[in-house]
Amino acid sequence: MTPWVMLSPFIGAIAMLLTPSTQKDWIRRIAVGAASVSLAVAVWMFLNYDRSAGGYQFITEVPWIPALGVSFQAGVDGISVILTLLHAVCAFAGVLVSYSIKERVKEYFIFYLLLIAGVFGVFTSLDVFFFYFFYEMAVIPMFPLIGIWGSKDIKDYATMKLTLYLTAGAVLALIGLLALYFLTDLHTFNLIKLEEVLSHKPLPAEVQYWLFPFLLIGFGVIAPMWPFHSWSPIGHAAAPAPVSMLHAGVLMKLGSYAILRLGFGLLPQGAYAWMPLVAALCMMNILYGGLVALAQKDSKFMVGYSSSSHMGYVLLGIASMTPAAMNGAVLLMFAHGVMTALAFALIGHIYDQTHSRTLSDWGGLAQKIPFVSACFVIAAMASSGVPGFGNFVAEFLVMIGAWEPYPWHAVGAILGVVITATYMLGAIRTGFFGPLNPKWENLRDARTPFERLPYLFLIIVLLALGCWPGPFIDTIQTGTQTLLNRVGAAQTIAKAHKESTES
Amino acid sequence: MQLPSLAFLAWTILFAPLVSTLGILLVGLRRPKFSHSIAIASMVTGFLASVYLFIRLLGSPGSVGSQGHGEHPFLEHAISWISLHGLQLEVGVAIDPLSVLMSLVVTGVGSVIFIYSAGYMSEEPSYSRYFAGLSLFAFSMLGIVLANNLVMLFMFWELVGVSSYLLIGFWYQKPSAAEAGRKAFMVNRVADFGFMIGILMLWTVSGATGQERTFNFAELADRIHELAAAQALPYAALSFAGAFLFCGVVGKSAQFPLHVWLPDAMEGPTPVSALIHAATMVAAGVYLIGRCFFLYADLPDLLTLIAYVGGFTAIFTASIAIVQNDIKRILAYSTLSQLGYMVMALGLGGYSAGIFHLATHAFFKALLFLGAGCMIHALHTNDIWEMGGLIKSMKVTSWTFLIGTAALCGIWPLSGFWSKDEILALAFHQDKFLWAIGSLTAMMTAFYMGRLCFAAIFGKPRGHGHSQEAPAVMTGPLVFLAILSVIGGFLGIPRFIHHPRAMHVEFDLGVALISTLCAVIGLGSAWRLYGKPSDLPVRLRASFRWLYSLLANKYYVDEIYAWLIRNVHDRIARLCALFERYVIMRFCVNGIAVTTRAAGSVLRMIQTGKVQTYALALFAGLLLILSWMMVGIHP
Repeated sequence: MTPWVMLSPFIGAIAMLLTPSTQKDWIRRIAVGAASVSLAVAVWMFLNYDRSAGGYQFITEVPWIPALGVSFQAGVDGISVILTLLHAVCAFAGVLVSYSIKERVKEYFIFYLLLIAGVFGVFTSLDVFFFYFFYEMAVIPMFPLIGIWGSKDIKDYATMKLTLYLTAGAVLALIGLLALYFLTDLHTFNLIKLEEVLSHKPLPAEVQYWLFPFLLIGFGVIAPMWPFHSWSPIGHAAAPAPVSMLHAGVLMKLGSYAILRLGFGLLPQGAYAWMPLVAALCMMNILYGGLVALAQKDSKFMVGYSSSSHMGYVLLGIASMTPAAMNGAVLLMFAHGVMTALAFALIGHIYDQTHSRTLSDWGGLAQKIPFVSACFVIAAMASSGVPGFGNFVAEFLVMIGAWEPYPWHAVGAILGVVITATYMLGAIRTGFFGPLNPKWENLRDARTPFERLPYLFLIIVLLALGCWPGPFIDTIQTGTQTLLNRVGAAQTIAKAHKESTES
Repeated sequence: MQLPSLAFLAWTILFAPLVSTLGILLVGLRRPKFSHSIAIASMVTGFLASVYLFIRLLGSPGSVGSQGHGEHPFLEHAISWISLHGLQLEVGVAIDPLSVLMSLVVTGVGSVIFIYSAGYMSEEPSYSRYFAGLSLFAFSMLGIVLANNLVMLFMFWELVGVSSYLLIGFWYQKPSAAEAGRKAFMVNRVADFGFMIGILMLWTVSGATGQERTFNFAELADRIHELAAAQALPYAALSFAGAFLFCGVVGKSAQFPLHVWLPDAMEGPTPVSALIHAATMVAAGVYLIGRCFFLYADLPDLLTLIAYVGGFTAIFTASIAIVQNDIKRILAYSTLSQLGYMVMALGLGGYSAGIFHLATHAFFKALLFLGAGCMIHALHTNDIWEMGGLIKSMKVTSWTFLIGTAALCGIWPLSGFWSKDEILALAFHQDKFLWAIGSLTAMMTAFYMGRLCFAAIFGKPRGHGHSQEAPAVMTGPLVFLAILSVIGGFLGIPRFIHHPRAMHVEFDLGVALISTLCAVIGLGSAWRLYGKPSDLPVRLRASFRWLYSLLANKYYVDEIYAWLIRNVHDRIARLCALFERYVIMRFCVNGIAVTTRAAGSVLRMIQTGKVQTYALALFAGLLLILSWMMVGIHP
């Protein structure tokens, strides 16, 4: 079952190749169909995931290069089933928002579906080789998507920067992964097997200690961990709205997901040793990122820096290594993904008509486009951690989980919420409230139900997450608990080792 | 017939307004009649259910204050919300005298104000949005009131802030309204920063007994008792927790120094000011102290601090009210001052006194705001000097307004007299200084209310507008609230609301006489100055110019904050942005790019493709190797 989430957009892309580029409607329909199938499969997996059993489920394995121990293996655990669902939600909304793309529709949707397929591949791969393959596959379509359909003023710089950053990070991670492959000496990329063996016979502590930073920084670039974050806001700003949606909504989560899946899963002791540093760095994400967002005048840059600020909460949750914080981190990946996708979609709606991203240039839009404005207020509220939306639950869990291991960090995180509210309300105040800027007299609201669908869909998901987080957390818990147990075991081993050397 | 279970009723009270909000948003945005019907119906349902709960609570033997430590709710019903290893979060309702009284006030005053709104807002194009906002507010407020644990309370606390933001900024196209909404939300956010830390600290303390940590009020109370009994109370941690929780109170109940948002919040529609920014939401902070009284009762030093914050706020804001000209702003500063009273009462340990004043204040302040709304509605001005002579043209409004004024000033036997007197008596027996402040505030209160009434209601009509009595849908609520303001003191609220650890004092005739005297002096001097045309106010203003401008500028607190925001907050943000731009982007990132490119252009010279260069390099290299070898040969 699992591979179908990924295969559906892939097949969609192939089908588009065979469709003449003049048939724009058909191309769009194929895209919507492919995304809907993925969404249906993702929802099905989420609903049917056996929470009492936990572990990897819905596993499909196809051997590929037996000599190297490479096989295509797909499956999900409590964490990835949630993230697959997130991606399916964002991709579905993104495809609908992509109706606003009018140029080179065919090429656009092919790249877009490849991007979607790649990200699904990362979330569902249980083989390190394919994990990496899909990771690169997800990054590459970004280049044309921003380079061709992006905002004219900044797209060249943004594209180069984004690609270089992500590739550099990927190379670093690759070194770490290859080292892992050779050091384990199992001749397999099979993640389940690797995890199983390593949990019984972990790598020596020193090895883990030196190997972990490769994965941490390599994947941390996309997370985006401070100070490697500067590719992301400009990347968001330059990309067309549907691409920003996936980019900020899902792509950034690949980093923290990889740190969890590979870093914590395979190198728990290394993770344990390096997490205090991550906790310190993510404070820079939260506070510094928030303050930079505060000083932005460009709406997309603001949301971009806001994203990097909020990903700091995810990192803090991971670094705290307590059940509440870890679950909060994964839940926040979901909630923030949906919220930020909503925000970028809305900004896109406005940008398409005004060709301006500057907040002070907008002014009083709520009078002209009440629906879009109301949705933006909702997105801003969700982002500011207003209860009722998933972000609140997730951030609250992170704070409460971080409170005991890192009380000062938790205080910083709470302060971050205040900063978020400052810039978000500031954006509403300058962009949407107040007297209408006469330039925008002819602005068009999202009027038809079809136009409104992606926004409403994302809002409903956010509300469901915020009001009824139980099923999500119960699912996530099965995945995080395994990781925490592994870290706990690693700690015990380390302690025993230390005591034996001392005596 | 089986009666519905009490828990079901409590959930009904909570969720009826939510149903109304969703109903309006989903189907009612273009159906004004539907909107106000469902909103009013939801509030009235809540009120009836609250009344029923109240009756059951009165009728149940031993429910009030005799179970356990007297802090266990009469009824509690909760469902699990988030369940994790080491963290259990619930959503639940707790029914005890405090929550029932509060929900009576919220739904009762709420119903009246909802009905009034149907008249007041009738010409508003976004009529349905208004009722959706009001219903959302009611839902959030009732959530605070009924919550059985701190996290749920905090969630609804934030939601109240959101609905307040939306309603203050209801006329968002007006820059001042948009700005006021943002200010209110931000000030509360800053306060909730402390509140949140307080919650986390209290959570940690709750684990000190060795049990799993909890947010549940009843369990928290039990554990603190247990720790206190075992002499193991972590006093410092608990004090900090209490102080941080109090930060939330300072924000929501607009105590000094976070009082600045409330006067600006008057940009919202007047019924909103009445319901949210006078009667209920701003009282949530006072309610929170009451709800957490089990904690504060053990922290006498903190209580003293709280009492002084309240006392200072009371006199500080009352003095500002004296020179305001906008009728809503006068009432707003008056609200601030009365909230100060309530906080002071709770700080003095007067649990029932504080909550009693909360209830009576809700009646008469809602009445005053609604009355002011009628005047504004009729005259299209907020300035009291453009009103006047309303007693003839707007009889019901004027008379009810006067009743409200008398209740606020504490004239016997109106409700305000009893509740205010209880606070002052409490202060008299504990802290004479606070009592003096309270009495002086009472005098100021009488003075500014007198000034307001003499200017707006008596005298000659000054405005250009033609004043006409409001329709019955608006005057009906006024009469109802006026009745409550009159009889509020005899409803037995202080006996109903009781806490075993609370301070209690008997009625003190001396204190009552002095405070009545204060009120009379205040009203009398207002009459002397404004009762008939005279140049005395102008002369006074001229001779105390500095004092006047200090008060008129609200002690420059807003200016100080604006300066701090401009010079500290904005500068830090801009500094970060510059750092980002020049250090991270230009220097580090692009620096690497430039270095790479430079390295490339240097290294490019190696591979020029010119044979001569290669030959030259070859010979040079050969020469180098040879000379090195020569060095080795020669001794």
